[in-house]
Amino acid sequence: MFLFFLSSGLFLGWSLGANDASNVFGTAVGSKMVRFRTAAICCSIFILLGAVISGAGASHTLGKLGSVNAIAGAFIVALSAAASVYSMTKLGYPVSTSQAIVGAIIGWNFFSGSLTDYHTLSKIVITWIACPTLSGIIALILYKVIVIVIGRIKIDMFRLDSMTRYGLIVMGAFGAYSLGANNIANVMGVFIPVSPFADISFFGLFKLTSTQQLFFIGGVAISVGVLTYSRKVMATVGEGIMNLSPVAALVVVSAHSLVLFLFASQGLEAFLKHHGLPTIPLVPVSSSQAIVGAVIGIGLLKGGRGIRWRVLGGIGSSWIVTPIIAAMVSFISLFFLQNVFEQKTYRPVPYAITSEAMARIQKQGISLEETGSMLGKEFPDAKHFYKALSNLNNLKPSDRVFILNSAEIDPMAVTFKKLKTINLDSDWITKQEIAVLEKLEGRKFQHKWQLDEALAKISPHWQPIENGKKYNERLQHKMSHIYDKFRYSDK
Amino acid sequence: MEFRILKKRLDIGRQFDVFLDKVSEAGLLFKAGVDAFLSNDIESFENKIDDIIETEHEGDTLRRNLEETLYIQTLIPESRGDVLELLENLDALLDRFKGALWKFNIERPQLIEACNDDFRELTSIVVEAVEATVRSSRAFFKDSSSVTDHIHKVPYWESQSDKMASKLQQTIFRQEGLSLSEKLQLRDFVKHVDKIADRAEDVSDKLRIYVIKRSL
Repeated sequence: MFLFFLSSGLFLGWSLGANDASNVFGTAVGSKMVRFRTAAICCSIFILLGAVISGAGASHTLGKLGSVNAIAGAFIVALSAAASVYSMTKLGYPVSTSQAIVGAIIGWNFFSGSLTDYHTLSKIVITWIACPTLSGIIALILYKVIVIVIGRIKIDMFRLDSMTRYGLIVMGAFGAYSLGANNIANVMGVFIPVSPFADISFFGLFKLTSTQQLFFIGGVAISVGVLTYSRKVMATVGEGIMNLSPVAALVVVSAHSLVLFLFASQGLEAFLKHHGLPTIPLVPVSSSQAIVGAVIGIGLLKGGRGIRWRVLGGIGSSWIVTPIIAAMVSFISLFFLQNVFEQKTYRPVPYAITSEAMARIQKQGISLEETGSMLGKEFPDAKHFYKALSNLNNLKPSDRVFILNSAEIDPMAVTFKKLKTINLDSDWITKQEIAVLEKLEGRKFQHKWQLDEALAKISPHWQPIENGKKYNERLQHKMSHIYDKFRYSDK
Repeated sequence: MEFRILKKRLDIGRQFDVFLDKVSEAGLLFKAGVDAFLSNDIESFENKIDDIIETEHEGDTLRRNLEETLYIQTLIPESRGDVLELLENLDALLDRFKGALWKFNIERPQLIEACNDDFRELTSIVVEAVEATVRSSRAFFKDSSSVTDHIHKVPYWESQSDKMASKLQQTIFRQEGLSLSEKLQLRDFVKHVDKIADRAEDVSDKLRIYVIKRSL
């Protein structure tokens, strides 16, 4: 069954390879500096390396948007995203896989009655505008600088040609690596908790964790996508928008890779933070958008005459259409899977202000007279609960979010039997952490936060730390695995 | 492997240099050959013809090699067509030098004393025009921004050549004691040599466009 559900993830990986990844080398191939075969092979190898080596530091932004909580639902979300990316690839439009996933998740949210976090959604949508803009600006500056440098050092035509060629391959490989690292979580992330793999050690030299094995399979799917189906999108990016000179192609690839790096580098974020500088939000950005932005940047620098606005208009509308199609496909397929094939596509998450939740809310200093009227009442899903909350006055938006989190019912029981089934996967849980969990054996929890608090009480390892964004994100990630492990249904 | 490819590319740059040297050399041989002919030094003239044939042959071989390499290794994709055209055109200039000397050898025209100095002058002007074109082409490969330093000289020499050719033709047709057929033969020689400067100017005009196309 796992393999069947995994197939949609692999399909998504394949579409990612055929679309997003092909952008990286599109301009190099379009300007005839690198052969398609060389580009495809180089791209595949570095995506695979990026996915396996750096893939673990995944972004949680998509997770915040909506938490798809049943494997069949995850299957449909991935499938509808993949199908919409595939249809766009067939038309030759460079679209973003993360756009399609966002659309598909929103479709799932509508179907399951979950709330869409509009704050996160707007943050993601803003990057859809910010990313191409930033990439365009970087390309513009980079191009100006390169023109000055080439003018100064008086470089031979053939030397410039070979340097550009190597530059294209090196920057393309860098771009492919960061793309693999950033996007593999989109493809395989939902399957990590249900992975049947165990860690493999290679003669004691190095070890592949079960997550890395899963990412490896996803990476292979992406690579196959690049090798089999990326030519058309490469042509659109490389020649469709405007004809690029090899130097311009190099600038485009460099700007793209830099933008991807800026939005995804945890190292850079730590460095900026350490030196008291403002940080860049770590959001999954799309390589398609970065590339298209950079091409436009150079086109505008040259007066905008060379840009084929018709093609650009097509690309722009495909960016709007993709998430909408993905949302609709997702909603309709969920309906069929649930009602025709009788598969559980989501786990209902009821909400109720229990006495424990009430105590927590009180402790936060939120006015009781308002919430008191809802005490003990159970709501079938987040939407209904939020509607009831909206009827109450005097609540700040942050209070509402706090109440929402406190009232989420998610029954869990830490049993001996379940404790024994935890695979020791160094990527998400260590022996010491399991030891702490074992101390909670026999206890039951109604809310997630109760388990959080109980763990934090026993060991400081389970406490979120101040200014430790990366640590806290990992902790949250770990906690979501633990919730999945100990969840039980009392119905 | 990477270094080998890089070395290969540098070799191509050197081959282009050698090819341009051949074009330039052909100009010098042409000048020396015409000078020998005018001085009635037939032995030296024939030596120059042999030399220029050899140079033309070497130039052709180099051009073919370069054309093949450019295509096989898919070098400079954005300028390949232009560079090939430039190669062909420069080779055509080389051929014209050789052709002109051959024409002297075949027809052995009876030049008149009064025209000798002007004819020498015309030859040097034409060679200068081709030389300026070669220098511009060299700059195009090495540093396209400096092409403008040389290319403006080509039209200058071409106009000088036109003036000199007109002067020579006037002298020829006003010369007494020459039959019309002799006058027409001499005029044909003057026009033949002058045409080399015209072709050099055509090459430089195209080169100007290649530079614009390559500008970043």
